[in-house]
Amino acid sequence: MARNWLKGAQTRYDSVVIGSGLAGMTAANMLAKAGHSVLLLEQHYNFGGLATWFKRKGGHILDISLHGFPIGMIKTCRKYWSKEIADSIVRLQGVRFDNPQFTFSTTFDKIDFTNIMRERFGVLKEVIDDFFVTAREMNFYDNLSMTTRDLFEKFFPGRTDIHRLLMEPITYANGSTLDDPAVTYGIVFSNFMDKGVYTFKGGTDALVKKMKKEMLKNGVDIRNHCLVDKILVEDKKTRGVRVNGREIESDVVLSNSSLPATIHKLTGDEHFSPEFLEEARKVRMNNSSCQVYMGIKKGEKIDYTGDLLFTSVTDEFSAKKLCDKNVTSRTFSFYYPEIRPGTNQYSIVSSTNANFEDWANLTEEEYLKEKDKLIESTLTALEKYVPDIRSKVDHVEASTPKTFKRYTMHTRGSSFGTKFEGLKISKELPEQIAGLFHTGSVGIIMSGWLGAANYGVIVSNEVDRFLRKVKSERLETVSV
Amino acid sequence: MTRDDVRNAVIGILTDIAPDEDFDALKDEEKLRDQFDLDSMDFLDIVMELRKRYNIEVPEADYEQLVTMTSCIDYLQPLLKNQQMAS
Repeated sequence: MARNWLKGAQTRYDSVVIGSGLAGMTAANMLAKAGHSVLLLEQHYNFGGLATWFKRKGGHILDISLHGFPIGMIKTCRKYWSKEIADSIVRLQGVRFDNPQFTFSTTFDKIDFTNIMRERFGVLKEVIDDFFVTAREMNFYDNLSMTTRDLFEKFFPGRTDIHRLLMEPITYANGSTLDDPAVTYGIVFSNFMDKGVYTFKGGTDALVKKMKKEMLKNGVDIRNHCLVDKILVEDKKTRGVRVNGREIESDVVLSNSSLPATIHKLTGDEHFSPEFLEEARKVRMNNSSCQVYMGIKKGEKIDYTGDLLFTSVTDEFSAKKLCDKNVTSRTFSFYYPEIRPGTNQYSIVSSTNANFEDWANLTEEEYLKEKDKLIESTLTALEKYVPDIRSKVDHVEASTPKTFKRYTMHTRGSSFGTKFEGLKISKELPEQIAGLFHTGSVGIIMSGWLGAANYGVIVSNEVDRFLRKVKSERLETVSV
Repeated sequence: MTRDDVRNAVIGILTDIAPDEDFDALKDEEKLRDQFDLDSMDFLDIVMELRKRYNIEVPEADYEQLVTMTSCIDYLQPLLKNQQMAS
């Protein structure tokens, strides 16, 4: 008989959180700290969503999404998680670019970028300063018709090399392109440029372990292997979820599942107004990804070549080419032993943006062949930077948009959530169905490590407000 | 709460949110954001703390009332007048 993963669970909670991505976990933790009972349900065996890792023979631990995040994450972890987690954040030393237009290393912060743009690209300091101020001051209420392309053309007209320098890392960070609203670029770029790129010492596994410990301490009931297949709605109100064949009651359902799945699959179109549905159907997903994971043999070393390496062999930046199955651009994340003290092992992960459709409709045979091709071409590309990589690797495997879909259940395997318009739909869910909330990667700005964690906090504030109201109304009813 | 009490309550919250800042030199008429390293998440924290400590609700449309200390006091004092300082 299958194991009962809900053994000992209560029949009702104040709130049920579906999915343990970074936003889901952060919201669950905040709600428990605010005194509400919380059940966190994860369909996978690992908690973390895309903040995840896997282990392979030979002592390899391979991170999926730990490529680097802005300094703001320290403050976010300190305020909404724990000092211990905030203290485990360390700065990455170097980011390297190598493409037909330029090759150099940078500490990826405002001071170094200003110097590089002056000295290598010949831009006047006043223009650079003005660009940084403009990017920094962009906010949510700005005019949305200006695209990132417009912004770049305004400051650096015709300079495709500068456009690439400014855009490529952000495209890898959140799947955005030159055609997305400039405000999304301004916010994310400024966050990174503040003081460089950071990571978690100990890797994703150590981080999620600490987060689990913190959630348990605060009283969150956390459950893995628990797949929610229905959000229960009655009279325009949520009343709980159906999970592993069992119904659990709650005043709030907070979905950290992908936005389209939350609306169309888990809740059901019949519960929404036609106008809302029409707008929800227009929400575009960001692209997905392919990755190649390379575990380096015990005892072998990789010379330091930077923590992140943005490579491309195409003439100019093109978001479309970045997703092409015929890969011409890759980001390599190098994991040195310092990241996981005590393990003394290296690993390298190559990431490329990818389209779901390119991978979803292949026959099994074609799919495996394409995966092998991806691995081969990645090793060949990496030989330029690590010449003897083939003799140093003792584990290599690839993931595709299909892999992302299987593990996260995201619509079209999206690895960066939705485009900008998704944020409005995500925020409006509770107006459609009382007690139904969504958090997760939406709107580009609420994506990535910092965006996801902060959106978890923002939504948990709304949930807390709602639950306090429900509870006080219930008290009044009782006293009457 | 008097206006002074409200001011102390806000300072108490700010000190917890941004422990590295020195709020002794705070100028009540100037924007908090111009004087200290506070971002939009910090302002959300103020809202969350006000709810937790004093059970008052600041709707999103009123967040702009928290821009300076004086505007904070003007906005919050009527809501807090019947309350004691949180210990």
